[in-house]
Amino acid sequence: MNSHKLPVGSYIRFEKPQLQAVIDRLRQLGYRTVGPRRVDEAIVYDDLRSIDELPVGYLDYQDGGVYRLRHSADGGWFDYVVGPHSLKNFLFPPRDRVLEAHREPGGWRMETPAVDEPPIAAIGVRSCDLHALAIQDRVFLEQEYVDPAYRARRANLFVLAINCRRAAATCFCHSMNTGPQVTRGYDLAATEVDDHFVVEVGSDAGGHVVTAADWVPSALADVERARQQSQALKRRMQGRQAAAATRPRHASSAAELGPAAELGPPAESGRAAELGDVPGIGAVGESDVAQHQPLGRFLDTRELPELLLSNLSHPRWEQVAERCLSCANCTLVCPTCFCSSVEEVGDLTGEHVVRQRSWASCFTAEHSYMNSGTVRKTTASRYRQWLTHKLATWHEQFGTSGCVGCGRCITWCPVGIDLTQEVAAIRGDES
Amino acid sequence: MVRKPRLAVFKFASCDGCQLSLLSAEDELLAIADAVEIAYFLEARTQQLDGPYDVGLVEGSVTTAHDAQRIRDIRQQCRYLVTIGACATSGGIQALKNWADVDQFISQVYAHPEYIQTLASSTPIGEHVVVDFELRGCPINTRQLVELVAALVQGRQPRVPTYSVCVECKRRQTVCVAVARGIACLGPVTQAGCGAICPAYSRDCFGCYGPKEQANLVSLTGHYLRHGRSPDELLRLTRSFNGYAAEFREVSESLSESGS
Amino acid sequence: MSTAAPGAAPASPWLAHTARIRSLKPEAPGITTYELALDDAGLAERFRFRPGQFNMLYLPGCGEAAISISSDPERRGLIGHTVRVAGNVTQALARLQVGDQLGLRGPFGSSWPVDAVRGQDVVIACGGVGLAPLRPAIYHLIRHRQDYGRVFLLYGARSPHDLLYTDEFDQWRAAGIEVEMTVDLGNSDWQGHIGVVPILFYRLRLKAPRTCVLTCGPEIMMRFVIFEALARKVAKENIYISMERNMNCALSFCGHCQLGPAFVCKDGPVFPYRAMEPYLNLEEF
Repeated sequence: MNSHKLPVGSYIRFEKPQLQAVIDRLRQLGYRTVGPRRVDEAIVYDDLRSIDELPVGYLDYQDGGVYRLRHSADGGWFDYVVGPHSLKNFLFPPRDRVLEAHREPGGWRMETPAVDEPPIAAIGVRSCDLHALAIQDRVFLEQEYVDPAYRARRANLFVLAINCRRAAATCFCHSMNTGPQVTRGYDLAATEVDDHFVVEVGSDAGGHVVTAADWVPSALADVERARQQSQALKRRMQGRQAAAATRPRHASSAAELGPAAELGPPAESGRAAELGDVPGIGAVGESDVAQHQPLGRFLDTRELPELLLSNLSHPRWEQVAERCLSCANCTLVCPTCFCSSVEEVGDLTGEHVVRQRSWASCFTAEHSYMNSGTVRKTTASRYRQWLTHKLATWHEQFGTSGCVGCGRCITWCPVGIDLTQEVAAIRGDES
Repeated sequence: MVRKPRLAVFKFASCDGCQLSLLSAEDELLAIADAVEIAYFLEARTQQLDGPYDVGLVEGSVTTAHDAQRIRDIRQQCRYLVTIGACATSGGIQALKNWADVDQFISQVYAHPEYIQTLASSTPIGEHVVVDFELRGCPINTRQLVELVAALVQGRQPRVPTYSVCVECKRRQTVCVAVARGIACLGPVTQAGCGAICPAYSRDCFGCYGPKEQANLVSLTGHYLRHGRSPDELLRLTRSFNGYAAEFREVSESLSESGS
Repeated sequence: MSTAAPGAAPASPWLAHTARIRSLKPEAPGITTYELALDDAGLAERFRFRPGQFNMLYLPGCGEAAISISSDPERRGLIGHTVRVAGNVTQALARLQVGDQLGLRGPFGSSWPVDAVRGQDVVIACGGVGLAPLRPAIYHLIRHRQDYGRVFLLYGARSPHDLLYTDEFDQWRAAGIEVEMTVDLGNSDWQGHIGVVPILFYRLRLKAPRTCVLTCGPEIMMRFVIFEALARKVAKENIYISMERNMNCALSFCGHCQLGPAFVCKDGPVFPYRAMEPYLNLEEF
């Protein structure tokens, strides 16, 4: 095993199975390694100890309200894109303790629980999710107050990022300038090229860990091929942008949906074979690059905050409320949404109380509840709150959009509401 | 020491499952028994103390003329009246008879139909008297029941969510069965509280906790219909334990019209 | 990738500190003023707040509530809160006695611009328990009376019994505060005005260019106070309002108190009217 450290900015390559050595090294260093796993018919981040656990060859077909997996012989190790989980699930977990209170003879003793967990090494993180991570950093670390639990988990996070070679029909990172190529916030950034990974070292920690693999320096040609893959994907996504400008959105969505839009059974049962016809789930890799089918969705971000904030009484809010379930799924899968509620969890005796923080959502009544009444009583006002916050007022609060173009809110909306369409409608682009 | 609240538990047309939930809260039951005076609870103890009661928990729906009178008497005896479970809150599974011919049922099921005295409908307690609080579920769960009792003892409002089951699914990081498997699931329109058990076992939520706040059944069932589900299947889904709850009822009646 | 995180961890902003009730004073039906002392003498001595800020009061088992501080900002050791019974936490608080313990985090939020408006005439317009977060500002104005022009307190409540701090009004008047009161429903003893707070503007002769308005109360009341102030040529820049939203964490983490671009817990509760102008008349925003 190499024990020296590669400098930041180095490019190396290793054969794909060597990823196991990197995982092993991370585990030796005390990390809990998490990465893409196939769980309950989706690819989610979960504990990943062996490369045999990776969903190699799986592709995800995503559209409004639809997510299906399909196995493909020409699929690579990381050719699915993002599932319902993101790094938020680990750094800002769905439930957490913020305070404990114990009644003792002298009175209440209150303490904030320390984070006592192994550090996390996340494998296979996409560019959109790294941008989302940077946004949550602003929320929890870079404002007036620092959240101690987020800080503790974040400080020790190790990221092995992956450059996407493929986009789902719901992806629009190119619109948000958040991908598909990884540009920030990684310890290692890998690109699948044929039977090996081309890896860029992004930090000292990455430079140390990667030497566990049986690596060789990358030839300039390797680096160039890796870069071209990302650029080709971005061009095809931008092709969607051009197409969106000339075609009514509804028509293009319907064409993408095809037969797979029906709520059929999951991948194994054969029906999903039809998915092969759908752009974005066909062949991948270099042969795919040659195709000219546009990919993903498109969000026109020109003066978007001004557009939304000057249309707070637009009839579209009422229209989307007819479809919106106010179920909160969009906010809970969003990798940047940070709303939470703190609740008392006590025993009946009331001697020991935990203040538990749980994910919450602006789509619930309790979110805007005051003793004088609930501020946002209607679904229309809640959808408006979410979209204007995500795409407009977020800029004033955190100096960035709250959207990274990952498309999760589109896929995981049970009725497939598409924020890119809602914005287009408010902009007056809808046919 | 403040006087312990006097608790009474009453049963109407029901399976007793909700009362059993109360009994099966073994660990908490001792603490509950310590915190309240259980004055009337036939399923748990023979001692029957007369009213008035501070808190009345009512299980079951109204299906007979006698029930309809009894719940009025009970209401007068209870300062704070809580319905527990789907039967008491929305009429229960037996409310299916509200869409059927009861006389025909009786003649088919009973050897001596003349002995059966029943109303043509099963109706929730709230249609007969004012209800102060609803504990949803079929059956109710122990955690929410303990929270209710704790809140009553502490003199505060119980903390019971009104948002969707989806919130609980996402908090336990269950992958959405509707989106990833194409299963018609009622989670997005059903009130949380169960802990999102069914989707965690890869099956649909079938609405035990009844409609959530702002439940949009029209949009959800419309989506399922457009994606290949039959009106019959959705009719069965929406017309179950809470089928007589207003939001579920409205959509099932329109499905029934479109399906027939 | 790791973020740099050197140095000792700062105290958790979630940590509530224990405090005890030193006195309670019923002010009006359902409204009580609690004077609290932090158990930790060092913390108690170091505690400072600015007029208009709030604390999170915590009753284990019940939860936290955001309560504005109503005492003199220059008094050390005791922190006053005037609380109206409204929800679970305030109901439980109402059952506590002198000597009972609770948790406290704070102070949080923005404050009345008592420095920025130095040299101006000050109109304080408030309704009901809305006087509580303005009382520290009144104490400040009295203590630094020579730094300000005329000071008016326009105060209204539902009935004479619902008026707060009436036992202090003579002192306030003696210190040069012009107090005008109004109630929705008078009684046989009531000598003051009948009607809503904005009517108290009718008799004021304001020197508009150097007058500021500080207002706190129901949103509808504040909207009409602003209307009356603007009608008297008070500059928008000189109007400040205190907004209420669901403040769950007070740290701008939980998102509940968002109001447009603002987190009320961090950017408020006191806002320049200018910042809230686009949203005040928008339903359910």
